[in-house]
Amino acid sequence: MDAIGEYLEKDEQKDLLRLLTAGSVDDGKSTLIGRLLFDSRKIYEDQLDALRRDSKRMGNAGAHIDYALLLDGLKAEREQGITIDVAYRYFSTNSRKFIIADAPGHEQYTRNMITGGSTANLVIILVDARTGVVTQTRRHTFLASLLGIKHVVLAVNKMDLVDFNREVFDKTVAAYRHFAGSLGMPGITSIPLSALEGDNVVVKSKRTPWYEGLPLLEHLESVPVEPDRNYAGFRYPVQYVLRPGQHFRGFCGKVAGGIVRKGDTVMALPSGKISKVSRIVTCDGDLDYAFPPLSVTLTLEDEIDVSRGEMLVHPDNLPEVNRNLEAMLVWMDEEPMDISTPFYIKHTTNTTRARIDSVRYKIDVNTMKPSQASLLALNEIGHVYLTAGRELFFDPYQTNKQTGAFILINPVTNNTSAVGMIIGKIDVKDMHRQDALAVLDLKQMGIDRKHYPAIEKITEELRRQGVEIKLILD
Amino acid sequence: MNAEHYPLTHLRELEAESIHIIREVAAEFERPVMLYSIGKDSSVMVRLAEKAFAPGKAPFPLMHIDSMWKFREMIEFRDSYTKKFGWELIVESNREAYRAGVGPFTHGSKVHTDLMKTKALLDALNKYAFNAAFGGARRDEEKSRAKERIFSFRDKFHQWDPKNQRPELWDIYNTRIHKGESIRVFPLSNWTELDVWQYIRMEKIPIVPLYFARERPVVEIDGNLILADDDRMPEEYRKKAKMMNVRFRTLGCYPLTGAVRSAAGTIEQIVEEMMTTTKSERTTRVIDFDQEGSMEQKKREGYF
Repeated sequence: MDAIGEYLEKDEQKDLLRLLTAGSVDDGKSTLIGRLLFDSRKIYEDQLDALRRDSKRMGNAGAHIDYALLLDGLKAEREQGITIDVAYRYFSTNSRKFIIADAPGHEQYTRNMITGGSTANLVIILVDARTGVVTQTRRHTFLASLLGIKHVVLAVNKMDLVDFNREVFDKTVAAYRHFAGSLGMPGITSIPLSALEGDNVVVKSKRTPWYEGLPLLEHLESVPVEPDRNYAGFRYPVQYVLRPGQHFRGFCGKVAGGIVRKGDTVMALPSGKISKVSRIVTCDGDLDYAFPPLSVTLTLEDEIDVSRGEMLVHPDNLPEVNRNLEAMLVWMDEEPMDISTPFYIKHTTNTTRARIDSVRYKIDVNTMKPSQASLLALNEIGHVYLTAGRELFFDPYQTNKQTGAFILINPVTNNTSAVGMIIGKIDVKDMHRQDALAVLDLKQMGIDRKHYPAIEKITEELRRQGVEIKLILD
Repeated sequence: MNAEHYPLTHLRELEAESIHIIREVAAEFERPVMLYSIGKDSSVMVRLAEKAFAPGKAPFPLMHIDSMWKFREMIEFRDSYTKKFGWELIVESNREAYRAGVGPFTHGSKVHTDLMKTKALLDALNKYAFNAAFGGARRDEEKSRAKERIFSFRDKFHQWDPKNQRPELWDIYNTRIHKGESIRVFPLSNWTELDVWQYIRMEKIPIVPLYFARERPVVEIDGNLILADDDRMPEEYRKKAKMMNVRFRTLGCYPLTGAVRSAAGTIEQIVEEMMTTTKSERTTRVIDFDQEGSMEQKKREGYF
């Protein structure tokens, strides 16, 4: 085989790291990303040509190329000079491929950082060496911990402006660790760098001889991501039922947790019916086993009825099966929460109605202090109790992101109003009794008795669909 | 933590993500369609759709918006591929404008694209009342695409509002729309150009031969090498055609798609060329040069 063929064979084996960059407008985040792309030689020449033209017209980085212009694609942003939405960038090195979600640091755009961070394996938190840990650093770290991002890089940027002073770096790192420790953040790696001048981005800087760690890119190349996936409890939300003919009935889905093997005994939720996996089908032939996040098709030995929204699991490792749950909720909608809205909840492949029973408290993302709240507004984060129209099959988000995450959709505007991370189930007795069910007092409403049978019939039908309504008849 | 290893290459991870996206659309939309441009990205997308529903067939048709000015080899490839793999194929064009004589040589790229591509696409989506349309766009292609969601909401006029995008988290996609609204879905969002080539190579996916270098008759027009594909090219240009070893990095309307001089006759050689020459692929598309931020403008108006 020729050299390029060999290269491709090798390149095909690279894995993928998804990373999120978070920082304030002035921390040099876009510059850092531009530098990663540029220095890994993946910026194509004509993109650079366009960049040089743009830099002359409206750049603000002095004699340097304004890397930020490369990233801030949309016109409106170019005019405002800030990044207003998540942008995705791609680059690769000899050992790994990378997807960068570039999230804005601006306060009003917390929702975009949440959006960009939901699939990230790693977050780069940028701080300006001159200012150290600031409010936004805390906010971004808190959001990263909420999203369950397993790897954190504290990038102390603009070291050139503090003469690569070790004490400045050490002080910032100590302050950060002090505060991040309280959030239970996993491994934090701190790197002193200058994105503008390239120190410790790709190659180790001679100007920080006291720094013993890896430059940023090498660190990104070496962080292990495979162990971060959940291999413990098999979770298989059925996405699509495939029936190309009488002799084949397959359940399509993406493995959301654990490992499934041919011959495994599985249970269908919510029916509780048991069968065995007869085949793990893919277009390229059957597999002996499948693991997250592979998309496969399972066939079962028995003809049991399983539909979209239901879940296959191992009977000895069950998720929670409950309608009542507590969760951290991030409000994403311009319209503040109206607790009476009958939202749709989309959780795995399951969509049903959901009601927010109560907001227990909200958290100030800057101080991380809880405070009383009865509702949440845009960018606010709170601890809520929810009731779903039918049972959900879930795990705590920190155990399994795939089965612990959900979104709430406003039924009128269809906006994604909120996103949630499940903490666990709640016993109904923890809630106010009158909140637990919708109650119709027919007598109080002055409804004629002759309509009662019809109403009872409808209520019964709704119950079958998962919506519980309590009727008071006398 | 299990003692076994479950390594996943980036291509397998991207494949799994794309299949999940495609199935989600099939499960949640009544009338989905896959827009098929016949290019290499479309070829990968169509292959992923075949994979998603094997051993069955995808529960949606392919639709090609034929601007009437595509390369002849594209049309031949389209017809043979869809026939071979049993796809239902819809072909739609703005015949009215075509009969009125609209074309890139006479009307310029902007008018041609507006009428023969954007309008034809919107009319076709309305005609069949499709409420979800797959497209093969990738985020690494162009700046405004880098910010677009995988499930991209379009209003009743098929317009995209970059400032009012639905938050998109994890792999939970909000597919709810009102009547008349629609969603464009981009299963290849996270693929790069190199990923696409690698996947084509690995999976032996058939692609239009125009991607491979061969001797072809081309004319230099405004710095672009344009293939003399048929006699609708004005005589003044056609008579200047010269045989050159060229290939195409992207495929579209032949008068608007520049060839590059190349000797790359295999995928390996194409990748080698891609990695050593450093012009990103859309520079051979004439339509991008129209105006500042022109792709963003086209997207807002409903073009992919």
